[in-house]
Amino acid sequence: MTNIPETGRTPRVQIRLVVIQILVLSLLGTLGGRLWYLQIREGDEYAKEASGNHVQQVVEPAVRGSILDARGVPLADNETRLVVSASRTDLLKMKDDGKAVLAKLAGVLGMKPREVMEKVRLCDSKTPQPCWNGSPYQPIPITDEATAKQALQIRERAEDFPGITAEPEAVRRYAAPGKSNTAQVLGYLSPVTDEEITKAQDTDSPYLRSDQVGRSGLEREYDKELRGKAGVTRYEVDNLGRVIGEAEADPAQAGSNLVTSIDARVQRVAEYELNDAMKKARLEWDRNTNEQYKADSGAVVVMENKTGRVVAMASNPTYDPNAWVGGISAKDYTRLTGKNSNYPLLNRAIQGQSAPGSIFKVVPTAAAVNAGYSFDGPYECSSSYSLGGQVFKNFESKGYGPISLGRALEVSCDTVFYRLSHEEWKRDGGTKPKKNANDWFYKTAHQFGLGAETGIDLPNEVTGRIPDRQWKLDYWKANKDVWCRTGKKDGSYAEKIAYENCLEGNRLRAGDSINYSIGQGDTLVTPIQMATIYSAIANGGTLYDPTVGKAILSPDGKTVTEIKPKSHGKLPISKKTLAEMDEALEGVATRGTAAWRFADVGWPQDKIPMHAKTGTAEVYGKQTTSWFATYTKDYSVVMTISQGGTGSGASGPAVRNIYDALYGVSDDGAVNPKNALLPTPQKGLPKVRTDGTIKSPKVAKDPAKEQRANQEGAAEEGGVQQAATVNTPATGNRNTRRRPRRRGSRRMLA
Amino acid sequence: MTGANTFQVSGYGPQRAGWARLFARDSLARRLDWPILLAALALSGIGSLLVFSATRNRTEINQGDPYYFLIRHIMNTGIGFALMLGTVWLGHRTLRTAVPILYGASVFLILMVLTPLGSTVNGAHSWIVIGGGFSLQPSEFVKITIILGMAMLLAARVDAGDKPHPDHRTVLQALGLAAVPMLIVMLMPDLGSVMVMVIIVLGVLLASGASNRWVFGLLGAGAAGAIAVWQLHILDDYQIARFAAFANPSLDPAGVGYNTNQARIAIGSGGLTGSGLFHGSQTTGQFVPEQQTDFVFTVAGEELGFVGGGLIIVLLGVVLWRACRIARETTELYGTIVAAGIVAWFAFQAFENIGMTLGIMPVTGLPLPFVSYGGSSMFAVWVAVGLLQSIRVQRPMSA
Repeated sequence: MTNIPETGRTPRVQIRLVVIQILVLSLLGTLGGRLWYLQIREGDEYAKEASGNHVQQVVEPAVRGSILDARGVPLADNETRLVVSASRTDLLKMKDDGKAVLAKLAGVLGMKPREVMEKVRLCDSKTPQPCWNGSPYQPIPITDEATAKQALQIRERAEDFPGITAEPEAVRRYAAPGKSNTAQVLGYLSPVTDEEITKAQDTDSPYLRSDQVGRSGLEREYDKELRGKAGVTRYEVDNLGRVIGEAEADPAQAGSNLVTSIDARVQRVAEYELNDAMKKARLEWDRNTNEQYKADSGAVVVMENKTGRVVAMASNPTYDPNAWVGGISAKDYTRLTGKNSNYPLLNRAIQGQSAPGSIFKVVPTAAAVNAGYSFDGPYECSSSYSLGGQVFKNFESKGYGPISLGRALEVSCDTVFYRLSHEEWKRDGGTKPKKNANDWFYKTAHQFGLGAETGIDLPNEVTGRIPDRQWKLDYWKANKDVWCRTGKKDGSYAEKIAYENCLEGNRLRAGDSINYSIGQGDTLVTPIQMATIYSAIANGGTLYDPTVGKAILSPDGKTVTEIKPKSHGKLPISKKTLAEMDEALEGVATRGTAAWRFADVGWPQDKIPMHAKTGTAEVYGKQTTSWFATYTKDYSVVMTISQGGTGSGASGPAVRNIYDALYGVSDDGAVNPKNALLPTPQKGLPKVRTDGTIKSPKVAKDPAKEQRANQEGAAEEGGVQQAATVNTPATGNRNTRRRPRRRGSRRMLA
Repeated sequence: MTGANTFQVSGYGPQRAGWARLFARDSLARRLDWPILLAALALSGIGSLLVFSATRNRTEINQGDPYYFLIRHIMNTGIGFALMLGTVWLGHRTLRTAVPILYGASVFLILMVLTPLGSTVNGAHSWIVIGGGFSLQPSEFVKITIILGMAMLLAARVDAGDKPHPDHRTVLQALGLAAVPMLIVMLMPDLGSVMVMVIIVLGVLLASGASNRWVFGLLGAGAAGAIAVWQLHILDDYQIARFAAFANPSLDPAGVGYNTNQARIAIGSGGLTGSGLFHGSQTTGQFVPEQQTDFVFTVAGEELGFVGGGLIIVLLGVVLWRACRIARETTELYGTIVAAGIVAWFAFQAFENIGMTLGIMPVTGLPLPFVSYGGSSMFAVWVAVGLLQSIRVQRPMSA
């Protein structure tokens, strides 16, 4: 056979045949190339699409864990609601796509048939809400507010309602035991976002469309533990959605329960007293601004000294966390986040920062000792301190002569600290600092944990601010453009300040160091930071990370993961100085600025030694901030009220009432252990029953009101009352008549 | 299948006995084009596996018998093989004399389709149901008779030595011969088959040595025809929708684009070696419609991967390569034209069928030669193989 056969044919045909052959082969080559492109180059992409095609997931939600108080009282749990759902797959099998069944169902539920149909239709770009945007294989909830009667009607006539189920389902509930609200600490849930679904879809715990995720507070911080693990069953389906095999099935795992250190009763007392103090403050006249105090917001923290555990944490204004359950309405959302709301969602105990005023003085006291000044002094407590043309006055321009640092704390003498801080500033080189400036006053503040998060187990804590040299420089760099543009040498006060700042805002000036020494100026702290510091002073110097979570209990109650107290440092003071400071702070409560709230009004100082420090911070353009920091052997209580007046004036009675409730102290100073809510910190964890449920004691209807009644009643009727109520439960003393309050009506002394 | 080779071609080779005669130097067995035969058998074999995989779970069409389609496919292949042997036995020259009868019969059959005897499948009214689950698609046979008829007319005077090329009058006659069944098929409407026939006519004209004017004229007419069809709304809605979906499959993924999309997902997910026979999720889940017929290539793509899909393309390449050689090497113009017509037919149909599953050609209902399930198509392609063999066998040995 030769390659060129003798065909005797014209070359025209021969050439055309070759052309045909080339054409044919190139067509096949094209197919091969395309096949390679689809299978090898883009194969992974299509493989993914194919698996999405034939696997359908049915997700069974996990029951969210409860949040309990220290004694096991549920602060957030789940209530059972009757949820009526329809299975689309079953409905579509019917001749009329289940229309008749849905119409009948609408009749039972008292809804319009159209309403029900809309709820079960699938969402797409053309379908407006309401529609179902979850998996079509998932039962579609029609209502979660079915009555037992409706549910019974559906279940008993199951043959009339094919594809319809009425099942009890868990829905989040914030129980508010004893009217304690705890809103900002608990946080809230809101529906999962598309982004989160996409992110979690390939993990072992995918979100449901209908899932709720913790957005703030404990719900967010412990979301992973509380959420549990949704059960996932993967079905292989064919092109008509018929199940052709079960691929995998993981049962749902309920979320763990979180035991907190919060005591619902103390929490209620704290909330009630904070709110009451703010209401009272609004009745007081502010002589500086010539209007009533606004008392626009406030916070109080009750902390265990030896562990850093938070027993109560209240923030005002507040809100009802149940507003978020089942999806927040647009109206509620505006109310909670709008301009006029004053932001009740903020937890001001960890997110509210303001100048601390005199409760800050423990820091410069420690700083002065560290810098080499003797605690005993004496230091001149003049009525004012002059710097150039500027006069820095003592509070209400009172002078005490030469005194020790301890006495300066007791009487809250500003000038002593002005002088010391100014002196140190000069020693460090003034506006032109030495290379290795000591900056004792600033360094000590940082060592106290200020200007940084305390590490509390709540999200979005703020740091506050220590206005040291570095901060001044950074702040100036960020703002100088604005300052230099708006500043005028002879303009208004604000313009003059801007002018000065533009020129030398990068330097720490003498005035800055003086203002800073009494917690004024640019200094900012949060209530939780101050509570941590005062707890540390009380416990011998350990700065604990504040914690709300105490333990995580597995759903069956068998595994307990305790959240142990953690420390983030020690106070930079010697034992001796600490003891001296402790004594001085006791002096504040017995003969100093807080005496009129404690020692002078029947506080049993011999039984329960009280330590305190008052603070009244001035804020430019606003009314003064009230601060009150106190501690006993076991507890610290720090309260602040923005635009509320003086420290002891506005916050004093509330803090006293909180202590009264903790220890069962009556107005006359008698200690009645029966009335005490928590004379020593709660030890141990709530008892778990064998079935995994947690024992929880009953909480009175309103512990705050009862406490008030107890305290006042005892003051009047004393022993008689006690004798008569021996068998009355501690929190159930409702017989006591209300008496006109005495402390509240007292006028301010100084 | 060695028994197949005992057929004798009358008048060729000295008479020898037994095996020696079978494998003698110029025997039939030696002259057969084995690569084509083996490739075609391999394709039919692969086809039966793919058809089985695609249909064993489709209870709604396989009457509850998973082997229903497998058995039928093998039967079809057997019948096709027998038809091939018959064709070789008769020889294409003998068939040449019978062309008028065959042509007439095939035209009669497609006319029958237009009567109430015909039935509609997937929008095309191109079937005659015989009964017992069998049905006939006469347009498949028309492809052969068009090739044979045109070849007869075009080659008559050239092979007689009168002219070097067919003259205009002959070409016109040949075109007329092709046009009649094509018009009927277009009325069904079976656009895919019409497209194949147009390509066949083009291939036949090219191979016949007809003047370039005819070739380019036909191309121009084809283009003009396409525009006319588009403008005059001759196409049914489903056909326009298929083309639109080809242009943009994501346009309507649940509707018209569904086929194309699912086909591409099936093939793409196969990767290099595929998910293994009977393990393709797209195939088991029946996501690709018409998977045993028009979309049979997706089964290969998903379950056998690039290796399997490539093998099918290579086997088709072998058939076409050998067919081209046969066209070039035969001495008679008649044989050349018939072979070229078959090449044009197979090549276009394979390209269109695989191309549509790969998303580079619009969706039309054309089977993949040898592989797709379907009796008529299987018979027709095997007859074509028989014609090719016959052309090769009957050419004088060049040595």
